[in-house]
Formats: sequence, structure tokens, C-alpha cells
Amino acid sequence: MNKYYLNYLDELESEAIFVLREVAAQFENPVILFSGGKDSIVVTYLAQKAFYPAKMPFALLHVDTGHNFPETIEFRDKLVNSLGVQLLVGSVQDSIDDGRVAEEKGKNASRNVLQITTLLDTVEKYKIDCAIGGGRRDEEKARAKERFFSHRDEFGQWDPKNQRPELWNLFNGKQFKGEHFRAFPISNWTEMDVWNYINREQLAIPSLYFAHEREVIWRDDAWIPLSEHIKLDANEIVSTKRIRFRTLGDITITGGIESDADTLEKIVDEVSTMRLTERGNRSDDKRSESAMEDRKREGYF
Amino acid sequence: MELHNSQLLRFTTAGSVDDGKSTLIGRLLYDSKSIFEDQLSSIETTSKKKGHEGVDLALFTDGLRDEREQGITIDVAYRYFTTPKRKFIIADTPGHIQYTRNMVTGASTANAAIILIDARNGVIEQTKRHSFIASLLQIPHIIVCVNKMDLVEYSEKRFNEIVEEFEVISSKLMIKDVHFIPISALDGDNVVNRSENMPWFSGAPMLHTLETLHISSDINKVDARFPVQTVIRPQSDEHRDYRGYAGRLESGILRVGDDITVLPSGFTSKIKSINCFETNYQEAFAPMSVSITLENDIDISRGDMIVRSNNQPTCSQEFDVMICWLNNNSARPGAKYSIKHTSNDQKAIIKEVVYKMDINAIERNNEDKSINMNDICRVKIRTTKPLMIDEYRDNRMTGSIILVDDATNETVAAGMVI
Repeated sequence: MNKYYLNYLDELESEAIFVLREVAAQFENPVILFSGGKDSIVVTYLAQKAFYPAKMPFALLHVDTGHNFPETIEFRDKLVNSLGVQLLVGSVQDSIDDGRVAEEKGKNASRNVLQITTLLDTVEKYKIDCAIGGGRRDEEKARAKERFFSHRDEFGQWDPKNQRPELWNLFNGKQFKGEHFRAFPISNWTEMDVWNYINREQLAIPSLYFAHEREVIWRDDAWIPLSEHIKLDANEIVSTKRIRFRTLGDITITGGIESDADTLEKIVDEVSTMRLTERGNRSDDKRSESAMEDRKREGYF
Repeated sequence: MELHNSQLLRFTTAGSVDDGKSTLIGRLLYDSKSIFEDQLSSIETTSKKKGHEGVDLALFTDGLRDEREQGITIDVAYRYFTTPKRKFIIADTPGHIQYTRNMVTGASTANAAIILIDARNGVIEQTKRHSFIASLLQIPHIIVCVNKMDLVEYSEKRFNEIVEEFEVISSKLMIKDVHFIPISALDGDNVVNRSENMPWFSGAPMLHTLETLHISSDINKVDARFPVQTVIRPQSDEHRDYRGYAGRLESGILRVGDDITVLPSGFTSKIKSINCFETNYQEAFAPMSVSITLENDIDISRGDMIVRSNNQPTCSQEFDVMICWLNNNSARPGAKYSIKHTSNDQKAIIKEVVYKMDINAIERNNEDKSINMNDICRVKIRTTKPLMIDEYRDNRMTGSIILVDDATNETVAAGMVI
């Protein structure tokens, strides 16, 4: 006789597919926020599953800071091609050139916060009513309070104290003109779940996640990759290390970890014994205790 | 880590501000080694800043800035941890009265509820409220943790008194499976590790209890209910004839070849195929997300429900629900609301308030007919079109509704079909 219960990974998959289908049914013009990172890759793959054999009814939206890893862009273009979906790009450089935002100054300057304006402008430009993200509640304390369907007001802002209650499987995506939603199908997944799933489904991911040799500097307790966008201090030394990245963000703020994990199996093993959170290597989250909450309120991913 | 056959258990925690709920969750995460070093060092810093002795484990669960400032939990926060036996999702909900709505939210998807009682205070009004909500939302398993046993000298007598007090309330409620555990969240007694201070307690510590609850039967596997979320019609030549009904099986089991009826139209057909992506299934069970094709071409769209012909829900436009009001704006009698039930969207009016529950006394109040924030009332509802409903106690997914106020688009009520 068969067993009539799902294992946890199948249950998470089924839940995410349910959410993606609700998005398709409740919104006119939803997109997937695609960063090229593992979480958005998983969401895109789940969307492919949810509507098979039809094409997924979502375009991919990439907010391009201009400070990318070249490997990420290459991966993005290949994926878009194979899926045959539309790619929308919101460019932070354009926002700077248009005077919508000003580049940060100083040693730790990053374009991380500037993305908010670009994202919201792009949402408005393409009349996007729902942006699907790969955000997970285990990532960060402000994200732990996110709903599957998360309301944004006409300024794109999140009001964490006044969220719509979300009960059972009943998601309320009703909105007024000018407002939009964020949807998070993999809310309930942890970093470990994502890796176990990528390994189980043998998904393609950017080479940056696998151990490789790279020129790096030691900054803010992480190995920051050397790139044209980074300003070196006099006392900072460039060295070559065998590293891999646990998360992918801007090349200026994403720290790598020393690792020999060069296969999915090895990554799964490594992550399961990890003693630091993945965002521990992201300097954007270290700015203050409520750095993520503050950015999210403004309209961040 | 080989986890591939382990199940997912969702539980919610209820307790008042001072019961030590956040400390308990912090302890559970800490002792099960689910806390990362940077998280630990971050709360060590905060603990010191606040002048606490040692590490304040409660800080793990306080997320938003307002909460950290006020030292209370103000919204549902989700936490995750995994043991070699199971993956756990905690819906951490605040216990004070004005946040009943959050507790209802957290309880709606939970397999289990942890109800915390301060050993010094015993069963209080709040305990009654939490137990009532747990039973109202039909949480299959209840674990009553009597906390702060260290402050009552680990007294077996005190523990037994509280168990008895609780049984007085629970005997009035629909609670199927209840466990009692004496703990000290602060020191970790009976949370993950067995307490050396309470050798008289022969039951299992909390984590072991969570790891071994029988949850495979929590979902109804008898009544097949498949609400259609969307219709899949590929444009490619290869799949030109494919017309798939996409949805999640909310309860029961469906098999290829089953005689089915589509509701509300009543058209009948047979299941031709069940698939998800490239995998074809001979049978699917709740809560699988799949696409179903039928032998006949019939008109089916979002909001319809596919069920087995010999086991159908009630199609009704007028029925009773127990609602919990979630919004600051009180209900307007006779006003129209949007109603969401499975994938169905209709309009509804509250025709009549039958009674209000006094959830402290667990008694009916037939006089007060107003519906305000956090009130729980039995009401009669009329919808514009029939909904395919089951009683909530038989089916949590097809027995639940929400009301949305069209003036604000906010979710204003959660309801359970009686």
C-alpha cells in the first residue's frame, strides 16, 4: 500500500506551486523578480512546473545595479532564452543618470539601497501589479513576518504592523490602483531546503556558488571579490583564495567563504554544518540591527 | 543530512506576555542547535546593552524594531528548525488580548498548538481564550506546557493541580489530543532535554513529543475536494489538446479513472490523467498540487470544484459560520463583503448575528449583537452564488472562508462553517 503523506520537500514544493498559481489567477500583470541567485532560480523553476506544459505566465524582472558578477548575467540570459519568457530590466545606472538617485560615497558605498527606487520605478513603468520574490522568512528577522501575499501601498511601502491576516489557503490580493503586491512562494523554505531541493532536482545554478579560485580582499569579516567597482584601502591586501558564495548580491558587497565544495552534494554537506547565517556575509545587512526592516518598509525586495 | 522521508509539522505557540513564550522558542532553537553563531553574538550584544544577565533567549524571536523597543511580540513571526526526525515551522503569535486575530491566523494552518501556562498563576482567562481558539480552529494536537516549574520548586502537586484545572476547560471544548509537560524554558528543563529536577515526570520532553506526534492523519483523506485554481491551455503544437485543471487537492484522494462531478455545474466525467510537470500520477492525495485532465470537454473555470461523484460537499448560498472579526472597523450589519472560499470569490452579507461567544467564560451571549475587533460570533451568511462547503470540523480547507471589505480591501473576518 502507498503512503498518503508528503515528505517535507514535496509539501513545500506543493505549497509554492499553489501560491504561484494564485498569483497567476489573482493578478493581471505579475512578474518574477529575478536576481540570478539560487532563490529566484528555484522560484522560476517552480513557476515552470506550476504551469507545465504551458509556458509560465510571468516575465522575469531583473533590477540591474550595474555591479553584477558577469557570471550572473550570463546565467540570466541563458535561462531567459531557454524558457522563452520576456526579460524586463530596471537599471540603477539609468536611475542615477536620470537624477532619481545619487550614488553613495565613501569606502563602503554600495548600490544596494538605490535599487529600491529603480525597482519601484520599473514596477510603475510596466504596470506590474505583483512582483514575485524568492524571499524566505528564515533569512532575516524582518522577513520572518512577511505574508505570502504582501501588500505595498501606492508609494511601494510595506507596513509591517498593519499587514493583512493570512489564514488557511485564502490569499487576499485585492488592491487599489497604484498599489502592488509582493508574493513569496518559498516563504517557508530555509537555506537548507533550497539546497536540498536544487540538489534533488539537479537545477543549474551560476558557477559562483561552487568553490573556485578568486582574487579577494578581507573586509567586514568576509572575502570580498576584487572588481572594477571596489575601492581599496591602503592597508587592504589582495590575495587569491579558493572560495564560493552562499548568496549572490552586488559584487561590491557579497562576501565569499573559503570552501572546497565544488559539487551540489558537497554544498549540501557544507551548508548543513554551517555555523553562520548566509546573510552574515552580506554587508548590506550589517549596517544596523534593523537594516533589513528599514529597507523593506521603503519598498526593498 | 538524509531527511527525504521526514514530514513537516507546523505548530503555533500561545501564551501571555509574561509566560515566557519567546524564551521557550529561543530555548528550543538554541538547544536543538538551530541558531547560528552570528545570531547568537548579535543577541549577546543586545542582551548586554539592555543590562540583562546572561543571554536573553527571547531576543531570537523579537523581529521588528517596535517589538525590540517594547519587549513584546506584535505580529506573527515564523521560525524554522529541523531535527533528524522532522522539519518544523513555528508560527509565533502574541498572546495579549488585542492580538487574538494573530493567534487565529497562526492557528489556521497548525498541526499542533503549544499552550503555555505560568506554574505560579495556573489556568487564567488567557489560557481559556487560547484553548478555545485552538479548539475552534480544530488544531489536531495540543501540548500544554506548564512553565516556570523552577519557581514552584518543581512541584509535582502543583503540576497536577494545573492539569486538573485545564481539564475542566478542555472537557467543554473539542480538543482531541492533549499532552501535558512541566518545563522550565529559562533553564531548559523538559524542552529538548529531560529534566533532572523533575524525576517524577514520566512523559517525554517537548521536542520529543513534537517529533513523534502522529500527523499523517491530520489532513482529511476521505472527501476528495479539488478546487480549480486556473486552467492550463498550452499554445504550443505539441500540447495543443492538453486542457489541464490546475489546483491543489485540499482533501482526499483522486485516481485516474475516477467518476467525478464538477460543481456547481453538476457536469460529470472521468479523470483521464493527473500530472505535475513531467511526472504522471495514477493517484494524487492532499495536499498535492497537480493538473488534472478529464475524458470530456466541459466548461470549467477558476472557482469550480472537482469532486468524486459519490462524495459531494454541500452547495449552499445560506449557511452559518463562526467568525472571528479581525479588523478595527466593526462589522456593518447588512453590508456587502467579498467572500473568499477555496478558489471561489463571491459577495456575501451577514444576515444575522446568532450569538457572540464570551471566550473568557466559554459561554454564549445572546444579547450583544455587535461584531467588533477580536469578537467571535456565530452568524448567518448569504452569498450571491452557491459555495461548495463542508463543515469546518470535517474539512479545514473547504470549511473556511474569509471576508474582505471592498471599501478598504482588508481581510476583516475569518470564518468556519458550522
